[in-house]
Amino acid sequence: MAMNNQGRDSTPHAVTVAGEFVTFTGNKALQQEEALIFELDNPGAVGVDLEAPVTTKTRLGGVKTRAGVGLPSLAEPDVVRHYTRLSQKNFAIDTTMYPLGSCTMKHNPRLNEKMARLPGFGDIHPLQPVETVQGALELIDQLAHWLKTLTGMPAIAMSPGAGAHGELCGLMAIHAALDARGESHRRRVLVPESAHGTNPATAAFCGFTVDTIPAEENGRVSVEAVKAKLGDDVACIMLTNPNTCGLFEPQIREIADAVHAAGGYFYCDGANYNAIVGRVRPADLGVDAMHINLHKTFSTPHGGGGPGSGPVVLSDALAPYAPLPFVVHGKDGFTLVEHAKDAGKAQPFGRLKGFHGQMGMFVRALAYILSHGADGLRQVASDAVLNANYVLASLKDVMSASFDGPCMHEALFDDRFLKGTGVTPLDFAKAMIDEGYHPMTMYFPLVVHGALLIEPTETESKQTLDRFIATMRHLTEKAKAGDLAHFQASPRLTPRKRLDETQAARKPVLRWVKPAA
Amino acid sequence: MRYLPLTETDRSAMLATIGVDSVDALFRDVPEQARLKGPIAGLSDHMGELAVERHLSRLAAKNTTASTVPFFIGGGAYKHHVPASVDQLLLRGEFLTSYTPYQPEVTQGTLQYLFEFQTQVALLTGMDVANASMYDGATGTAEAVLMAARINKRNKVILSGGLHPHYRSVVETTCGVMGMDIRAQAPDWKNAEDLSALIDGETACIVVQTPSLFGHLRDFTALCEAAHAKGALVIVVVTEVVSLGLLTPPGEMGADIVVCEGQSIGNGLNFGGPYVGLFATRDKYVRQMPGRLCGQTVDADGKRGFVLTLSTREQHIRREKATSNICTNSGLCALAFTIHLSLLGEQGLTQLAQVNHANAVTLADKLEAVKGVKLVNDGFFNEFTVKLPKKAAKVVSKLAERGILAGVPVSRFYPDMEGLEDLLLVASTEVNSLEDMDALVRGLEEVL
Repeated sequence: MAMNNQGRDSTPHAVTVAGEFVTFTGNKALQQEEALIFELDNPGAVGVDLEAPVTTKTRLGGVKTRAGVGLPSLAEPDVVRHYTRLSQKNFAIDTTMYPLGSCTMKHNPRLNEKMARLPGFGDIHPLQPVETVQGALELIDQLAHWLKTLTGMPAIAMSPGAGAHGELCGLMAIHAALDARGESHRRRVLVPESAHGTNPATAAFCGFTVDTIPAEENGRVSVEAVKAKLGDDVACIMLTNPNTCGLFEPQIREIADAVHAAGGYFYCDGANYNAIVGRVRPADLGVDAMHINLHKTFSTPHGGGGPGSGPVVLSDALAPYAPLPFVVHGKDGFTLVEHAKDAGKAQPFGRLKGFHGQMGMFVRALAYILSHGADGLRQVASDAVLNANYVLASLKDVMSASFDGPCMHEALFDDRFLKGTGVTPLDFAKAMIDEGYHPMTMYFPLVVHGALLIEPTETESKQTLDRFIATMRHLTEKAKAGDLAHFQASPRLTPRKRLDETQAARKPVLRWVKPAA
Repeated sequence: MRYLPLTETDRSAMLATIGVDSVDALFRDVPEQARLKGPIAGLSDHMGELAVERHLSRLAAKNTTASTVPFFIGGGAYKHHVPASVDQLLLRGEFLTSYTPYQPEVTQGTLQYLFEFQTQVALLTGMDVANASMYDGATGTAEAVLMAARINKRNKVILSGGLHPHYRSVVETTCGVMGMDIRAQAPDWKNAEDLSALIDGETACIVVQTPSLFGHLRDFTALCEAAHAKGALVIVVVTEVVSLGLLTPPGEMGADIVVCEGQSIGNGLNFGGPYVGLFATRDKYVRQMPGRLCGQTVDADGKRGFVLTLSTREQHIRREKATSNICTNSGLCALAFTIHLSLLGEQGLTQLAQVNHANAVTLADKLEAVKGVKLVNDGFFNEFTVKLPKKAAKVVSKLAERGILAGVPVSRFYPDMEGLEDLLLVASTEVNSLEDMDALVRGLEEVL
């Protein structure tokens, strides 16, 4: 029963206690210490009630069975409490502004979760006869249509499982197209030094060599720098636009033309597509292939690091090489092309993934596109860019903006404003944590010293931004006032203080091991 | 628009602070001819929740859902019951809307479950160590082949004819572009292949699967010995991870790398994705592993905590010298796996595996009694192959018209191969009732 109101104090005691407050349990009220699930083992307990097997007869063909696995035993309440407590140790978009540059941490609408869980999408098998999954194939076709329309591109490969997987898809299409042209000697890929690490890694993964293009003083890639690297061994350029400094590449058309004139292709890293969705079509920039991170621009949840989804839009030149499987619409409805022999004139380069792609993400992304509509999507890019510029304009007098002029959807600062304070970008970021903010991306891109890359996204209100700006100004003043210890000791209010990453790497402990009895 | 908090008043005030007249001015670097003047043509304006629900529900209603019919489809993805608390916990915003745990002080929740996940995968597979997940089993297998080639600097790969054809295709595509010599064996539906004779001094690795595509159970102990004697690695693939609740794990057979599709535990069918690849290996190979790894350490106060570690293998540090280009993993699906496996526990997992096998045994007995149906397997777990007197694709189609999803015709994977047209893969898990099984038997009797 609830507490009776009669006979108890209804105002707080006027009392102060000196010294650090340490609890008996180590818990801090809402913040609970939590052991590993293996340490919560309660032998004899079970978290599911299964029916007994209908027969004890076995037909294992003589193979051996195992003695045991070594899993812990818990009843459902203990499992639910354990994972609920773990969840409370995370920052998330739902709990705080998460201005992680280059990651597009925007609001994840719950309608999209509800739609992905409709049994008609969540409870269908990828190998069901196609006549029993017409609605699923139609959904993939609709999403493909809108992604092609938004980007202005004629073709799309839907199966890649993430952004980096999409890059792989694009580069393999380029590889196949070059082979088909009889130009297999083209194996050099141009990558600006500001690129995401996945770009050179993907190029190398496909057997290409990576040639780095230096950045200009203004954070852009110049057409001259690209031309200086072009030759008849160049397969493609991999360019992020807007680039990782949060800037639109003004010479992008000239760069695309130069690469095309030299016989190469233009792969665009679409990680920053959120800045231009509905306002600029990549096709009009000369792009041959671009992956779209559905978990960024189209707001499928990041889920603590996946699952993502990375469909790739393709130009006419690359379209024939798109991987299997793909959906086609015929006179008897939708069908799924799963084998090269059924691909008609197309020459698919192969298969990238089991089954047909990240269907659960497709449902969410289509729900997002329909919810926003043509007007809303254009507003997404406008507000994302407006919010970033508002942060830039409001902080550039106290923090050091790396480049002049407006930015796109993210504002890049560097560590010059911390010069002489002893505070590093990492220290600064950790102090933001105690103030209740997830830090921005740090030390990336590599083209400026001590990068601090802030991407607010369009789903933050002005009120939230004003509070964030005030906090950043406060921390900046504190750093400049010489309060080095404050920053070096941060964060202090989190379940764990700074963790020893060096020890973790030197003596890796990658799993729990049952202690000797 | 409900997801966009800025009001017109806010926008005007913000433009004034920035010192420009309009948002268009912020797009000044975009070439004039590439600027769209108005909204994208053809797409309607924003919709309310109700309208979006109507649109998508109409599409969903056109599909036959697995739970509503007698359902026996497997072939690399399996219909299992997932406890309600799994999805409820996944929907907690602190898990759902968090990013990769690069700031460990504010992501101990994600990091700790990844550490638990890695431990569970190592235990299940009987291996030393596991990573924090891959996109799916097929991509994980291709990554395993590349890892093996990094370890022994060899170029030849032998793929068993029992390997799932999608896995085979992904390996051929992904490793083929790297110039690897891939020797895929013919579909081994009779469980008769002898791979040890194919291993030579050039062989980087051999990829085998148990239960195989056709449901056969294999002990690879001798094969591992033969491979190791020639310096080759053995990669064991498991597409039905519930089988590891009953069968000897690949680690005990001597496998060097184990890759599983983890969908069966915690994750729905979802028309093929997102799923979760499990990836485990020996301690000595850990620095050649692809993907994210979570490790234990201590914080500034000496308390136990977790961080992403050994990132010097990864693309954001090593760029073109990384072990893989993989960045995103399958975090939330890994969480679903971890919660479901925690609920099952030792007893639940064993029992779930027993129930699956018992249902498959019961169904196999019933199907063998149907005239013209022959069971191909000596042994199986929860999926087996039957040889029909007619083309399996036609039979499946006719049964689908009768509201029974009977299984996967092998011709769906191998459309051009003679001798496989009559083969049907049939799976039975804990979700199948005796009534479902009898419905399949009656249906088969009618259409054969």
